[in-house]
Amino acid sequence: MLRTIRRALALIFFIAVTLLFLDFTGTLHSWLGWMAKIQFLPAVLALNAAVILVLVLLTLIFGRVYCSVICPLGVFQDIVAHINSRRSRKAAMRYTWSPARNILRYGMLVLFLAAMIAGVGTLVALLDPYASYGRMVSNLLAPLWQWGNNLLAYIAEQAGSYAFYSVDVWMKSLPTFIIAAATFIVIAVLAWKNGRTYCNTVCPVGTVLGFLSRFSLFRIVIDAGKCKECGLCSRQCKASCIDYKNHKVDHSRCVTCFDCLGTCSHGALRYEFRFRSAGDKTPATADTSRRTFLAVAAMTTVSAAMKAQEKKVDGGLAVIEDKKIPDRLTRIVPAGAVSLRNFQSHCTACQLCVSVCPNQVLRPSTGLMHLMMPEMSYERGYCRPECTRCADVCPAGAILPITVAEKSSVRIGHAVWISDNCVPLTDGQECGNCARHCPTGAIQMIPSVPSDPASLKIPAINTERCIGCGACENLCPARPFSAIYVEGHLTHSEM
Amino acid sequence: MDSNNNITRRDFLKTMGAAGLAAGLASCSSGNGSRSSASSVLPEGDMTYRTNPKTGDKVSILGFGMMRLPTVGGKSAREGNEEIDQEMVNMMVDYALEHGVNYFDTSPAYCQGLSERSTGIALGRHPRDSYFIATKLSNFASSTWSREASVAMYHNSMKELGVDYIDYLLLHAIGQGGMQNLHDRYLDNGILDFLLKEREAGRIRNLGFSYHGDVKVFDYLLSMHDTYKWDFVQIQMNYLDWRFAKQINERNTNAEYLYNELAKRDIPVVIMEPLLGGRLSNVPDNVVRQFKQREPENSVASWAFRFAGSFPHVLTVLSGMTRMEHLQDNLHTYSPLKPLSEDEFSFLQDTASLMMQFNTIPCNDCKYCMPCPYGIDIPGVLLHYNKCLNEGNIPASSQSENYRKARRAFLIGYDRSVPRLRQADHCIGCNQCSPHCPQGIDIPKEMQKIDAFVEKLKQGTL
Repeated sequence: MLRTIRRALALIFFIAVTLLFLDFTGTLHSWLGWMAKIQFLPAVLALNAAVILVLVLLTLIFGRVYCSVICPLGVFQDIVAHINSRRSRKAAMRYTWSPARNILRYGMLVLFLAAMIAGVGTLVALLDPYASYGRMVSNLLAPLWQWGNNLLAYIAEQAGSYAFYSVDVWMKSLPTFIIAAATFIVIAVLAWKNGRTYCNTVCPVGTVLGFLSRFSLFRIVIDAGKCKECGLCSRQCKASCIDYKNHKVDHSRCVTCFDCLGTCSHGALRYEFRFRSAGDKTPATADTSRRTFLAVAAMTTVSAAMKAQEKKVDGGLAVIEDKKIPDRLTRIVPAGAVSLRNFQSHCTACQLCVSVCPNQVLRPSTGLMHLMMPEMSYERGYCRPECTRCADVCPAGAILPITVAEKSSVRIGHAVWISDNCVPLTDGQECGNCARHCPTGAIQMIPSVPSDPASLKIPAINTERCIGCGACENLCPARPFSAIYVEGHLTHSEM
Repeated sequence: MDSNNNITRRDFLKTMGAAGLAAGLASCSSGNGSRSSASSVLPEGDMTYRTNPKTGDKVSILGFGMMRLPTVGGKSAREGNEEIDQEMVNMMVDYALEHGVNYFDTSPAYCQGLSERSTGIALGRHPRDSYFIATKLSNFASSTWSREASVAMYHNSMKELGVDYIDYLLLHAIGQGGMQNLHDRYLDNGILDFLLKEREAGRIRNLGFSYHGDVKVFDYLLSMHDTYKWDFVQIQMNYLDWRFAKQINERNTNAEYLYNELAKRDIPVVIMEPLLGGRLSNVPDNVVRQFKQREPENSVASWAFRFAGSFPHVLTVLSGMTRMEHLQDNLHTYSPLKPLSEDEFSFLQDTASLMMQFNTIPCNDCKYCMPCPYGIDIPGVLLHYNKCLNEGNIPASSQSENYRKARRAFLIGYDRSVPRLRQADHCIGCNQCSPHCPQGIDIPKEMQKIDAFVEKLKQGTL
């Protein structure tokens, strides 16, 4: 019974969290967004005291149910392990008791805390189980989901329906994709062979919760009087935490999955209350950050010359060269991030914001110190004034909630003009597309020849009014490099 | 000028020639109630023909426009960069000839310059005297204004078409760019004189011009009729342009005036844009209902073709047919042509007034504006806007009854019909397109209008 409840809840959480990463329309987030916010490490980074308190109490009362129900990476491992167990009775009995690898797991925890304190966000992001799962879904599963959606959109289009619309599927960052794929393979192989190895040796959340669950009020115990030492329970314990010979259960590694309860035909295993309360402790958070790196991604582009051709024939479409990412001195992060420092010390690179960004602006960074963490770039779209999706979904407090009105007055960067690329100067054509689309009116058009008011107009940027949304950069006709691009700000400011 | 007496001439029967009625064939369809297919798919009788007063040519009232040839992807060859589907072109040309169509109109500019060759291949498989070829001297680019370049273009047309004479040759799109443009392209370089000589030599059987835009040029060329002896003139005529052309665009002239000027001088008239590039077949729902109430089995397009064909001085009505279904529907309309009655004529005038209330952009999808050097799909954007207008998906404000549905239809449909990089927000306003537009649309202005509308929809500030 307990096992069935656990499995049902786990499945609900697992599917819901997965859908958060798949749903690009943003509709599910208003219903299920809280499921990302109750994830342990994001809640810690967001200093979300209520969530941390509830999770700590949950663990102190019931043991590590978090790892069996709420953590999507944990449930993912259970599913992989379960598939292997279904193959044969022998495979289902593949586990054995093993002593806790305390040096390894506490060593990983120390390393993790050190990384947090030192501001090595990449390592923090790499070890966060929820973020690992997010990267797997957003990099490996989401493209399949989107292709499926595009097929439906195609069918809808044929039927004249607007029920589905097609989305672009694109490689947002190769390094992140590779890391996600590698994580997937490593964790799947570990789970296939030995169940919860990852959770009990590497995962810092598992280690912290494991420490707490030593003192949990409810726990699995073996009744030495009834135990016939057949070892069935040990051989089916994916956490390898039942030492049947000594009638002991390592509660720091037990994820309270209740799988063992049904295996004992002598009724020697019970999940019961113990009359002893425990101390409590919440892990401290640290807050520091680092200097920034130049994020220059090498996105492959198909390029072809686009030249204003003399019209001799009708029809045809000019080839449009893909835009390339400019060399930004400071990377751009969304309004709500407050500052690069704040952003970097909170982000776990779970890719939730990247998954929901409807304008193809957010993508994982390729810079070493902030690898996989989202950054903005405007080759494929710009930060639309009506959109606050990334701030709505961020569970870790890296992008704090913000309203549309607030966003329109937060300066996340400023536009810079490159005269060498500007179309009035290069093509001799009237333009002004940047000024026409600037939502804050920060760009005016002025004569390119000061003495000649009738000369072609070039943009003049009032950086005080520029919020760095990138409309100008995205809509600039100059290619592959825009004649106007956005430099990020280390610290965002209010206009 | 009162033109009503020019319209409903019953005497067009005179011009039909002997080929007309063949009424006996019409009784082919079985008489016992149920039918295996709709009668509106196949022609019921024989093609209607008109006689060229000079040559005595019997020209089919349906002319095949080779401007919108199909591509392998099934679209018109002026969209995208797909190859022309020559097999389909051959098939349609065979089918057209088989059903009496004998006038084929092309130009060196059509289908990104490939239409003439494709037309030549398809027609070359048939006897030269079984069809008439019309092509044009499309020396639009200033680099082709010299005598040598224009003559070379003329000779190249013959080479591409694989013929040693041209039945109908046109000065292409006279009136765009005003009198100066006429001087640059045809008068000052002596090309018109050259063409007159070619006509004398018999290598051009009929010489005429197609007209868009500045009416001064039209009037001038007609005033010189005694010198040039135009054998035919091609104008844009349909029930919307008949009396509303000027209202749609200040620069244009009502077809009523153009037609009557030509009729007065007994110059045969070739009709282009009888359907306004498809706009008159894709009409608002309430207009569809009115058409269907009168003729439930006939297409919306058939009304436009009957309108154009009902005028006695019309030699042929060109239709740029991309699909076999277009051809079949037109054959059905014109085999034989049932001229409009007085009542039907005034009904179409009422319909035109009704359609004028919709603020559609007068784009005919001719794609002369293309390619936009900055990659915008100009006709794609304008047609999407028109489509939404016709379907009632341009909400006036967020308080409109169907706002949410219309917003979704507009925005999703926009991304579907035009890739994001080719949408209106990328228009920089360089205005290289507008001078090429035969309808005189101020394209950058329309682009900015649509872009502003899209912004309001996206931001929810309508």
